[in-house]
Amino acid sequence: MDQHPKPNYLPEEHGITRRSFLKFCGVVAGALGLEPVFGPKIFEAFAAGSRPSVLWLHFAECTGCTEAVLRTSSPGFADLIFDTISLDYHETLMAAAGSTMDGILTATAESHRGQFFCVVEGAIPTADGGVYGMIGGRTMLSIAQQICPKAKAIIALGNCASYGGLPAAWPNPTGAMGVEGALGQGLSVPVVNLPGCPPNPVNFVGTLATYLLSGKLPELDDDGRPKFAYAKEVHGHCPYRQDKSRCLFEAGCKGKKTHNNCPSVKFNDATSFPMQAGHPCIGCSEPDFWDTMTPFYLKS
Amino acid sequence: MPDTTATAVKKTKPPKEKPPLPPPVTGNGRVVIDPVTRIEGHLRIEVEIRNGAVAAAWSSGMLFRGVETILKGRNPEDAWLFTQRLCGVCTYVHGSSSVRCVENALGISVPANARTIRNLQMGAQFLHDHIVHFYHLHALDWIDIASALDANPATTAELAKKVSPNAPAIDFSAVQSRLKNFIAGGQLGIFAGAYWPHEAYLLTPEENLLLAAHYLEALKLQVKAGRMHAIFGGKNPHPQSLKVGGVTCRDDITSARISEFRSLLQETRKFIDTVYVPDAVLLAQAYPEWAGMGANGNFLAFGEFPQSPAEPASLYFPQGVIFNRGGPAALNLTSISEHVKHSWYNGETARHPSSGETVPNFTGLDTLNRYSWLKAPRYTGEPLEVGPLARVMVAYKSSHPAVKTAVDGFLKNAGLSFDQMFSTLGRTAARALESAVIAGAMDGWLGALQTGGSLQQSWSMKASATGYGLNEAPRGALGHWIQIQDGKIGNYQMVIPSTWNFGPRCAADKPGPVESALVGTPVADSARPVEILRTVRSFDPCIACAVHVIDPKPDKVYTVRAS
Repeated sequence: MDQHPKPNYLPEEHGITRRSFLKFCGVVAGALGLEPVFGPKIFEAFAAGSRPSVLWLHFAECTGCTEAVLRTSSPGFADLIFDTISLDYHETLMAAAGSTMDGILTATAESHRGQFFCVVEGAIPTADGGVYGMIGGRTMLSIAQQICPKAKAIIALGNCASYGGLPAAWPNPTGAMGVEGALGQGLSVPVVNLPGCPPNPVNFVGTLATYLLSGKLPELDDDGRPKFAYAKEVHGHCPYRQDKSRCLFEAGCKGKKTHNNCPSVKFNDATSFPMQAGHPCIGCSEPDFWDTMTPFYLKS
Repeated sequence: MPDTTATAVKKTKPPKEKPPLPPPVTGNGRVVIDPVTRIEGHLRIEVEIRNGAVAAAWSSGMLFRGVETILKGRNPEDAWLFTQRLCGVCTYVHGSSSVRCVENALGISVPANARTIRNLQMGAQFLHDHIVHFYHLHALDWIDIASALDANPATTAELAKKVSPNAPAIDFSAVQSRLKNFIAGGQLGIFAGAYWPHEAYLLTPEENLLLAAHYLEALKLQVKAGRMHAIFGGKNPHPQSLKVGGVTCRDDITSARISEFRSLLQETRKFIDTVYVPDAVLLAQAYPEWAGMGANGNFLAFGEFPQSPAEPASLYFPQGVIFNRGGPAALNLTSISEHVKHSWYNGETARHPSSGETVPNFTGLDTLNRYSWLKAPRYTGEPLEVGPLARVMVAYKSSHPAVKTAVDGFLKNAGLSFDQMFSTLGRTAARALESAVIAGAMDGWLGALQTGGSLQQSWSMKASATGYGLNEAPRGALGHWIQIQDGKIGNYQMVIPSTWNFGPRCAADKPGPVESALVGTPVADSARPVEILRTVRSFDPCIACAVHVIDPKPDKVYTVRAS
């Protein structure tokens, strides 16, 4: 079954079997709406060339988006950071600490100017000059203003980075905003929003795969989300929409107003998704859902 | 004792040899670590070094989100979905305490099956959280990945047979070649800027390779531990099957799903018993001096895993307060106060959580004055450590059979005395030991789950009520308090583990638990202060959780000011 060339830096002794990697690439291909035949192409794309640099910034967040990406399997997170991307800045995982971190961030953003992906996790507090979030003596706002414009592209991972999320819920005590909101019209770097609380890691990898396959970012909808994942309402994907005994619309499910592919891709290696666990969708991939989708348990 | 000088000399040449390290920075003065990495959230640690050791420390939480403010006026039954987002690492715990506090206010007792599901979800949280903390957040403080490149893989395999004889065999040559290829490629990624080589790293190359291999194994294992949450919770992080009154996952309580959970639990338990706990012993044997550093004597545990509606009597992990390493006393919630004299909030008066008054007021970072978004919780005016060591000590001193066996076994294997548990090393070991105890208990809870059993207690919202929900998060004692007014949230308060541990000085200028645990820590090189980070990370900081604001006056116009 191995008719595709074996990439030179993915030897079997890495502990990944080609089969499991191919399987995962098949899942990503599915999420991208591609025929299964594209799985091997994604595999080759991930396995070719030098690993793209990723600088991952943590702002007003809960680290849930990082945790979500940690749950990728076949290949696992180790395969992602050893073989697929070069994770050059990530506060939750790096060996370094303190001022060394700022040195790495600044130097990499400069040496890879226009070449690195900037992943942003968390909202950016903007009230009162940004004093509500500081790293290394600088406001998160000023770090975002320094680093983000130098990226090739920005992936706003999760609802907070996309639209402000939880800290931006009314009355938004810290003036929290998503990347595009905080950095404004002047930002010339493309931003891909991957909302969700947390976002599905398959959609994160799918976004990277699209770029590696085509050299382009995925096509986006009006809210800046990749159409491959967010074009359709959750309800349209939901296996329970025709089943009155299981449809949760009357219990407050927001699946008709929410765009995401949760019921198709599912979470944690397709183990489940919220409605399978009997809980209504809370609309977590829509802008301002903490205000527009609440009360969560009332039909609307 | 491994010869670290020899290690440095016989290092094989990677293609790009690092320039020689600059001489260590020594002498008296202040050292700032900001950001503290490999933690959840945004933490800054400042220390005063005198004569090569920490003389004083200041802990600062650097992010404020204002979640309690956001909750006001919303539906009480929605609160858990908001509070759960305090943290995506301990992703279940704030949901759990929130539904418990609303249920307490409404006088609801959840059905037995729902209680079991919640215990299983909380247990899965502990197992996942502790494994990730040990291997992915804390391990690089003890293991030198670069040194692992010098290891003899065959000798490492021999070592593995001795350290973890019951664990599956690992191809150490493959692991080593993977690390070599990675480092030789020049894109160092998450290993860039590490402190290696450093005189405080004492493991042999083979021990480093063994633990580096376990770092990678644990990355794979945690995916499975996370899947336990998804079976009864729809997803992880942020599982979504809690509901005030019980749980929603009625279609997942099937024998097939229970078997799926059991299989993941067994795999996780096997990893804990055969890899994680032995690795904690290995660290203790290699770093015995760390069993004498980073100590505290006062502890608080709220207790966890109710086995019946009777709380705290039926809690599997008992509740209690320890002063000066003594026997546990009963908890008195009215003894808790929160201090703001050194925090960026208005006022200086210490208040009980239910009568607090807080207005954020950023005045710049000044360790003599105000220096954190965290408040300083105190119990009868004293700082208390919360977390794994507190839980294990309260349980041990309450003669909890499984905890006693686990602790005694560990001390024997590690060659340590009981008193040495009160240390940085003891705190890190306590996490491994309670993981083994919890995994064992979960097996029994899973067996008690009944297909077709009731999962939800019906309820109706009260116009006004108050309630609280206590539990143990992986990082320690967690409490939520709610005031319901006109059927909405009038006030919502949270007293959080990392606030207990990482809070600043109080009104009496007493340092918090981490601030005092750091005093006396030797620092060989102020430019690479790994010793400080070892103790800080042994508490497993979760700063997004820890920073919060309490504003009990529902009619008050909320203002955020900065000067």
